[in-house]
Amino acid sequence: MTHDPGCEKCEELLQDFLDRTLDDEQHAQAEKHLDGCDYCRRRYRFEQTLRRYVRISASERMPAGLLQKLAELADQAPRTP
Amino acid sequence: MDEEAEAADARRIATQARNRVRFEEEALGLADQVYRVARRLVRTREEAEELVQETYARAFRSWESYSHGTNMRAWLLRILTNLNLDRGRRIQRSPDLQPLEEGDYYLANKLAAQEGEQALEQERVVERLSQSGVVDALSALPHDFRDVVVLVDIGDFSYADAAQILDVPIGTVMSRLHRGRRLLKQKLAEETLA
Repeated sequence: MTHDPGCEKCEELLQDFLDRTLDDEQHAQAEKHLDGCDYCRRRYRFEQTLRRYVRISASERMPAGLLQKLAELADQAPRTP
Repeated sequence: MDEEAEAADARRIATQARNRVRFEEEALGLADQVYRVARRLVRTREEAEELVQETYARAFRSWESYSHGTNMRAWLLRILTNLNLDRGRRIQRSPDLQPLEEGDYYLANKLAAQEGEQALEQERVVERLSQSGVVDALSALPHDFRDVVVLVDIGDFSYADAAQILDVPIGTVMSRLHRGRRLLKQKLAEETLA
């Protein structure tokens, strides 16, 4: 745990920083802190890795055969009013 | 009907047929991406498959209400989330049991406290957190939070698209996303580091 107020602020900015939704001033503030702080830099990188890992882990391909079923639904629905 | 009107009618029907074919091709091309989101919004693979089929059945029936050139993936997901809501299929979690959320470094700090700062390196993270742990943690989120996290972080939708799909203000999307991600990290910490 850290009690550095700079780190606390950096923790608050983490999600918006990675989502690129900070304004210029806040972005510069976070970057300046990250430049000098290993602790926060590791945690930012960790967050990036985690996001990628969540995306990969939670992505399941569609089952074989579903596409065919959907194409059949297209054939069943009236094509003209 | 005179000849001119007949010809105009034939042209109109031909145009509509072309639009329909284009609609079908585009919609079917998005099926895998639609399924990926659906799969994380319901409990089982079977439910996800059914939900996607119902979504496409409705989409093909009401295809003329889709305006060409707009985001079809978002249009399909809007149908899907509404159907999911109607059928009461979404994974339920009582919203009043929301735990107090920790900060954004919570999971990282927990890992580092147990195994040192090197636990935060990429290879170690992948070793430490299991795929099924991530899936379980996602499904353990209260549904309002999960819907947003799944749309943005799995489905890759923008805040604006997610707001439109769920019919909530963009500010709500942002706050639910932030809190949802924090809760997810908390669940991961509970599940994997217990």
